[in-house]
Amino acid sequence: MSSETKQILTTDGIPLEVSLKKAERKNKIKAFLLVAPLLFFLIITYVFPIGDMLFRSVDDKMVTQMLPKTFKAMENWDGQDLPDEEVFAAFHEDFIKLVEDKREGKLSTQLNYTKNGFKSIIKKLRRASKKFEEGNYKEQIMSVHKRWADVEYWRAIQRRAPEFTGQKYLKGMDMYVNEEGKIVSVEEDRRIHRVLWLRTLEIAFFVTVFCFLMAYPIAHLLATLPMKYSNLLMICVLLPFWTSLLVRTASWMILLQQQGIVNDFFVGIGLVADDNRPEMMYNKTGSYVAMTQILLPFMVLPLYSVMKTISPSLMRAGKSLGGTPFVAFWKVYFPLTIPGIGAGCLLVFILAIGYYITPALVGGASGTLISNQIAFHMKSTLDWSFASAMGLMLLSGVLVIYWLYNKIVGIDNIKLG
Amino acid sequence: MALPKYTEPHYRIWHYIYLTICGAVFFFLIAPLFVIFPLSFNAEEFLSFSDGMKSLDPDAFSLRWYKDMVYGTKNPWGLAAKNSFIIAIFATIGSVLLGTVAALGLSSRHMPYKGLIMAVLISPMIVPLIISGVAIFFFMAKAGLAATHTGIVLAHIILGTPFVVITVTATLSGFDHSVTRAAASLGSDPVNTFMKITLPLILPGVISGGLFAFVTSFDEVVVVLFLAGLENTTIPIQMWTGLREQLSPTILAVATCLIILSTLILVTAELLRRRSERLRGINR
Repeated sequence: MSSETKQILTTDGIPLEVSLKKAERKNKIKAFLLVAPLLFFLIITYVFPIGDMLFRSVDDKMVTQMLPKTFKAMENWDGQDLPDEEVFAAFHEDFIKLVEDKREGKLSTQLNYTKNGFKSIIKKLRRASKKFEEGNYKEQIMSVHKRWADVEYWRAIQRRAPEFTGQKYLKGMDMYVNEEGKIVSVEEDRRIHRVLWLRTLEIAFFVTVFCFLMAYPIAHLLATLPMKYSNLLMICVLLPFWTSLLVRTASWMILLQQQGIVNDFFVGIGLVADDNRPEMMYNKTGSYVAMTQILLPFMVLPLYSVMKTISPSLMRAGKSLGGTPFVAFWKVYFPLTIPGIGAGCLLVFILAIGYYITPALVGGASGTLISNQIAFHMKSTLDWSFASAMGLMLLSGVLVIYWLYNKIVGIDNIKLG
Repeated sequence: MALPKYTEPHYRIWHYIYLTICGAVFFFLIAPLFVIFPLSFNAEEFLSFSDGMKSLDPDAFSLRWYKDMVYGTKNPWGLAAKNSFIIAIFATIGSVLLGTVAALGLSSRHMPYKGLIMAVLISPMIVPLIISGVAIFFFMAKAGLAATHTGIVLAHIILGTPFVVITVTATLSGFDHSVTRAAASLGSDPVNTFMKITLPLILPGVISGGLFAFVTSFDEVVVVLFLAGLENTTIPIQMWTGLREQLSPTILAVATCLIILSTLILVTAELLRRRSERLRGINR
């Protein structure tokens, strides 16, 4: 008997394997088509724009395009002494064109980012350039202002020649490229961004710790109480969760103001003198208190959902085997809640690190975070490339946290509500 | 949670300390919300309890801030409320449609690259809002949709869909696929099966995802701050401006209304969650 494997055929005469594969592929395409609308919508409106931020943050074409001839002429310049007539003539040509298009203001803003002092000398140059005679532009431009005869300023222009730059990222860390082309930090008292980064980390860290310390006992209580009580108490967690962020921030502004209820209470119990009420808002305290209360539900819910699944008999077993309640808790209960702790801490930390509204309202100058700086550059200084650079630095920080979390706890271990 | 009779005294003390801590935390969570109620009925312009209010004098309470909210000439709350509702309703519809369909695809066991696609779909929830705001603003500005209702609705669909995707996939995870196969074997076409069999079963998940999307849109301020022009002002924007410039009791009247709204949403969401758990056979 020859038992050679005969291909199994379907009724249509097609091998079963082929037929199954075909059906499988059809199912795959079907599933993908269902996801496709949302996927493409998000890719176009969300993923690409984030990529666009990356592009904007390093894009430095503006100056390159404004002074094309100058940069072409500068290619032969060694950067040691003042450039020669060729560069000056090219710069003059570019500049006249910019004045015609009324774009010299933009040039001065851009060059001023690189080196302070360009604004006024470009204004002077514009006025003087109307009376320039043909030829010998070097002499004529240098006579407008002594800075035009300073080689440092020409080097500053040359530094803007590349189309791409990492300068905004350096600025976000309070560093810059100095005249010799080295990366150095700005002076100690001007390192505003480093202070902000550190403060953002500090506030996010402590808010997470406070949230954890407060959420753990109440999540435990909610998980162990009989349903009819725990449902009632759950409202205390869920109502703030569903209430508008601005409403909750407003209530903290009322509570924490100097004539507010918290201060009244402190005065009432004699903790502080009436004429010496502490400032609890528009500083770090305000940010801490309000953010902790606002983010607390995000810690309670994952903890609760994990604790709910832990059987109470485990604790009883631990105790019956001779452990004191504390040992039983520490050796049995606590390790089982780690996925919930991980999820809650990750959630709260990441929400806190990107917080914007609450610190802006109750944080004052000493309680604002990096997000506020990003918004400031988006709305006030309109330095969008800098805002993009800082946004992406924040984003990469968040992604690193996810990655670490995935390594340590495993992203699949996250349990939400 | 009663303690057994044999509990030793020092554990008993620990237990009461624990309960006290829990009580304090619950108070910390919920009390701030209740400060707003009485103060919104303040007859005076101050944001603290007047002596009249402390002694429960009826004259110290009034509805003047509610009247101001509705009839006040300078107050843009009417326009803001209209905009907020329009934007939130359209954003919810968009999120629910896109999110539910995508969740159906994602729950299919044939879906290729599930992890990667899921990561993209829920990324708007993971990325800090300020970054989403900047990115979405760049897109809307390029597309000419900045300062339009359409732009804000699209932005809120982006932010709202992850919630729908998550709640609906969660509901579908407990879904028995043999019922759809049964329907198909009885001659029902896929659309009919979805409308008559699948949708009614996953409806609680869809609605609670929709509620999340609605609240996200209704409460969203960071992205709208970048996108909105004067015409597109929403309730959160007005509250933000009000809180930054001057805390007036009118804001507290609005806040009270918002708390009432969120209570309604909370009750709906809870009822739906319990129904869904019953349907999925999770008994507790």
